[in-house]
Amino acid sequence: MSPRMQVRVRGRSFMAFVIAPEPPLQIWLSHLDAQMLRSPGFFETRPVVIDLAAVGPDDHGTATLLTELEQRGMSVIDVENARDLPGADPWRRRLVGGRETGPVEPTIEQAQVTPVSAPPPLPEDCSLLLDEPVRSGQSVLFLKGDVTVVGAVSSGAEILAGGSIHIYGALRGRAIAGALGNPHARIFCQRFEAELVSIDGYYRTADDIDPSLHGRAVEIRLVDEAISISVFG
Amino acid sequence: MAKVVVVTSGKGGVGKTTSTAALGAALAQNGERVVVVDFDVGLRNLDLIMGAERRVVFDMINVIQGDAKLTQALIRDKRLENLMLLPASQTRDKDALTSEGVAKVIAELREKFDWVLCDSPAGIERGASLAMHHADIAIVVTNPEVSSVRDSDRIIGMLDSKTERAERGERIEKHLLLTRYDPVRAERGDMLKVEDVLDILSIPLLGIIPESQEVLRASNVGSPVTLNAPISAPARAYLDAVRRLRGETVDMTVPSDKVGLVARLFGRRAA
Ligand SMILES: Nc1ncnc2c1ncn2[C@@H]1O[C@H](COP(=O)(O)OP(=O)(O)O)[C@@H](O)[C@H]1O
Ligand SMILES: [Mg+2]
Repeated sequence: MSPRMQVRVRGRSFMAFVIAPEPPLQIWLSHLDAQMLRSPGFFETRPVVIDLAAVGPDDHGTATLLTELEQRGMSVIDVENARDLPGADPWRRRLVGGRETGPVEPTIEQAQVTPVSAPPPLPEDCSLLLDEPVRSGQSVLFLKGDVTVVGAVSSGAEILAGGSIHIYGALRGRAIAGALGNPHARIFCQRFEAELVSIDGYYRTADDIDPSLHGRAVEIRLVDEAISISVFG
Repeated sequence: MAKVVVVTSGKGGVGKTTSTAALGAALAQNGERVVVVDFDVGLRNLDLIMGAERRVVFDMINVIQGDAKLTQALIRDKRLENLMLLPASQTRDKDALTSEGVAKVIAELREKFDWVLCDSPAGIERGASLAMHHADIAIVVTNPEVSSVRDSDRIIGMLDSKTERAERGERIEKHLLLTRYDPVRAERGDMLKVEDVLDILSIPLLGIIPESQEVLRASNVGSPVTLNAPISAPARAYLDAVRRLRGETVDMTVPSDKVGLVARLFGRRAA
């Protein structure tokens, strides 16, 4: 008899993309390919849920659709509205608890957001500097390093950085640092009014944040696997 | 050089059509050659607000599809000969508004007018994109409430990434027009403060249009408020906004219909 062992479980949250293919699937896939060319790597690092509501059993390519997506490097974690569509069974899970966060624009990334007048990127593109506010609905994804924003990050906007996030302005949206797993990443902002902050998969939403921090300049880091927010300077 | 202006907002019912008509008429009252263009296919309103609904024969889609010449579709205002309307189609499918077609029509309007004012449909879909695509200047119409401000923020993001100017790496000039502003409710704290809206959107303020019965009265008789009641509070606010749009420096005030009460807000210049 082996001694009783406790199985430890930790929580971690990721944001998943929900993608809804539409027939004709061959054409839809070609649009997807074009999109992936424009924003390389965008889908590779994120869990993806495929919403099959618009797809019918007789649409050409239904049975092979999910394999096609997987072959493009997508990490499909679940299917929605799959009914009894052919080819969907291997991907059926019963994930619950997802929260809708609105449309994401995969094209808004690095080059597109950076104005032409911006200084040339650092060697090997290890940091991204944005000279404009990040507006509602925009998602800035930069996994190679730090993101600096000179301006505000609006409610309904998000920054995802592989490294740290520096905001010279108000943070009203979401800031997700250490997005590929980096407990040493930090978030700095001049005025803290965030909807969500996350480091290394640990997160806090506005509801769980001490109201006295609202509007202050703060530094956010991970201390003993918990988000810690302190007034800065 | 003609200027193409899009009047846009994201949210519906905030005052885009009202503002397009009032600003277009005010520009024409200043002697400029103006055309107001309705982009709201299927929900056209601008013809009603301009009092031209019974004179619509052809619309922009007819022009795009070659069924009519642009000059046949343009409707001259009954009051101002230098003010014209290009109506939207009320019956055609939205997809008939192609981007090549719109580009051609706008290019032709640039030749004929000093100002081309495009009244955008609500939303962030194709119709709104087409309306903003060729703009040199955007007037972002916002009400002092959170949902309208967030939608405007979203639209500003699109203006900076999806317009022809943005695609060429140029800037599009953006102005905030705060409409349906109620000084009494603002005083009570029932509405967002002007400073807060400016802080969130961080674009220069073109004007503050007060909530007023005169707007409704003007639209009921089919006349832009700047023509129907030129000394009313909203008309004065629109006339001031037009002076700022033409590059004049005008103190930012909220005109009021109550005699003698002019709330001076800031010395902030509209850049
Ligand atoms: N300053 C104002 N005061 C009072 N009512 C207004 C004002 N501006 C707009 N409205 C009213 O609001 C409604 C929506 O305006 P409209 O211009 O059609 O908005 P949109 O084109 O953005 O949908 C209309 O009934 C209009 O008369
Ligand atoms: Mg309208």
